[in-house]
Amino acid sequence: MTVAPAPWTDPASVPLIRFDGVSKRFGDVVAVDRVDLAIHKGEFFSLLGASGCGKTTLLRMLAGFEAPSDGRILIDGADVTAVPPYERPVNMMFQSYALFPHMTVAGNIAFGLKQDGLARPVIAAKVKAVLDLVQMGKFADRKPHQLSGGQRQRVALARCLAKEPKVLLLDEPLGALDKKLRQQTQLELVNIQDRVGVTFVMVTHDQEEAMTMSSRIGVMNAGRIQQVGTPVEIYEYPQSRYVADFIGAANMFEGTVSSASSAGVVVACPELAHDLTTAHADPLAGGHPVTVMVRPEKMSIGRDAPADGFNWARGTVADIAYLGDVSIYHVRLDSGRKVEALQANLRHTERHKLTWDDPVFLSWHPADALVLTR
Amino acid sequence: MILYVLLAFAYAFLYIPIVVMMVFSFNASKLVTVWGGFSTKWYAELLTNEKVLDAAWLSLKVAVVSATIATVLGTLAAVVLVRFRRFHGRTLFAGMVTAPLVMPEVIVGLALLLLFVAMEQAIGWPAGRSMTTIVVAHGTFSLSFVTVVVRSRLDRMDASLEEAAMDLGARPLRVFLSITLPLIAPALLAGWLLAFTLSIDDVVISSFVSGPGASPLPIVIFSKVRLGISPDINALATIVVALVGVAMAIAGRVALGRR
Ligand SMILES: Nc1ncnc2c1ncn2[C@@H]1O[C@H](COP(=O)(O)OP(=O)(O)OP(=O)(O)O)[C@@H](O)[C@H]1O
Ligand SMILES: [Mg+2]
Repeated sequence: MTVAPAPWTDPASVPLIRFDGVSKRFGDVVAVDRVDLAIHKGEFFSLLGASGCGKTTLLRMLAGFEAPSDGRILIDGADVTAVPPYERPVNMMFQSYALFPHMTVAGNIAFGLKQDGLARPVIAAKVKAVLDLVQMGKFADRKPHQLSGGQRQRVALARCLAKEPKVLLLDEPLGALDKKLRQQTQLELVNIQDRVGVTFVMVTHDQEEAMTMSSRIGVMNAGRIQQVGTPVEIYEYPQSRYVADFIGAANMFEGTVSSASSAGVVVACPELAHDLTTAHADPLAGGHPVTVMVRPEKMSIGRDAPADGFNWARGTVADIAYLGDVSIYHVRLDSGRKVEALQANLRHTERHKLTWDDPVFLSWHPADALVLTR
Repeated sequence: MILYVLLAFAYAFLYIPIVVMMVFSFNASKLVTVWGGFSTKWYAELLTNEKVLDAAWLSLKVAVVSATIATVLGTLAAVVLVRFRRFHGRTLFAGMVTAPLVMPEVIVGLALLLLFVAMEQAIGWPAGRSMTTIVVAHGTFSLSFVTVVVRSRLDRMDASLEEAAMDLGARPLRVFLSITLPLIAPALLAGWLLAFTLSIDDVVISSFVSGPGASPLPIVIFSKVRLGISPDINALATIVVALVGVAMAIAGRVALGRR
């Protein structure tokens, strides 16, 4: 799946979907709070966030099931804020799949096509084509209750795809599947999206799922979009403490800026014996409170003091979680604070001999230390 | 164990008289309490009794029409209550729809009678007590029962089915006809049969709103019984019990059975 050049980096590209200051209030509850968001044609966009942060509500507003309290929603340049669901060029795949129990698989898929007033032979041909696409051709005459969870999920997908929508909305599409089937289906979904070229907007609270499937991810918290970016951007360059903490594991050190130069910002952390050097380009004023974030796999662990120019911290091994391919070392710093370091289990290094209570040095490159101001 | 005995006793108390009555409807003797051999002559006699036949026919018509009206209106009320969660006066509406379930029938009957009399004086309709007034009265009070049955079905139905249909391009009316209606159909049938039986065996309300020209079956039975029990009443009652029994059995099957 190569999207080159990425449309969201091109300022001239017109987004397919635009949220323009959209809010949704249910009584006193603010479910979605002033969201601005642009999603481009052909994207696989994921909305990721903790439970109750407003993902489903945002998706339902795009489908037309909820009306925004404020703001506008545009699809393909047209304001659809007041357009009812049955006239929007989007289709939604429900978490419960919402297959009609009194219709066969083929009947379910034909239902949407009948609403478009297509001729019978055209409908039959489309039903067949889309069932073949999801490899469910054999099951056309079954009723939904005669299918397994994974098969129902395919039928639900086929039912949406048959309508050839501009946008396909998926609310936790794989939530009801077991882990193995889920991983397999993730790849299949991406493949199908690639083949049909429809823009997908998916809601999930599984970050691994979002990372593997998406072209871009929007991280939500308490009704607000915290950050939008590619999986790499979100993981490597989180812009706030919330995102850094929510995606993957993170070691955070609170501190204040002690000096800033073209080479980067130096941060004084009361927890550490020495100042941290970073490659942060934005020249912050001295005394500015910041958080320095380092991912566990970027920290190297060893008995010897690190080379010059590296950041380091000293501590003792408090715990080792052996995961086979990698181990996670929980190190208690001299300040009493615990830090995680993740290392591949290579046999030729001295690391694999480390054990509990060993005194160790943790070290990391300035470029791997991220300065967060929010 | 004691509980079972008590239960058996209670049901015996309820059903033995009915069974006895059914048995005696085939009694050849004219005496209600003495068995005189098997005969179906009381059934034959019933079939020649104009008054009873007219009443039965009226009852049947009233039951069918009022059950149909109650089902249509009751379903609409249920849909409004379940699907339109927020509108002014919803709580009041919900209360008013279900209140007749617990209202004493005497009061409902009297109130309806007063209404009909007042309306007749004001606008000249309905003229006297006729089939129309019975249908209106029965339709009104069995509406609540239909609403309760349909509402519980709608409550259990996954609302995302309707949303999915709308999402696939179906307008609200199409959604209702193609998705909602087929899925709640068993409840509609159960509700209709319930309304039908309520109407067939209603005495209290009918006694207020029926007139000399239009007396439904239970009223006729009631007035006959007051003149003394004759075996043809047993035959009539047996038919009514059979009819109601069948209707309730179907309603029960439909409501509990297939989803
Ligand atoms: N119809 C509604 N009426 C009142 N409050 C609602 C309604 N729908 C959602 N909310 C509230 O809005 C907030 C956001 O809900 P939403 O369903 O969008 O969360 P979510 O991010 O999808 O969560 P999850 O991951 O658990 O599905 C929640 O606090 C929820 O209680
Ligand atoms: Mg949700």
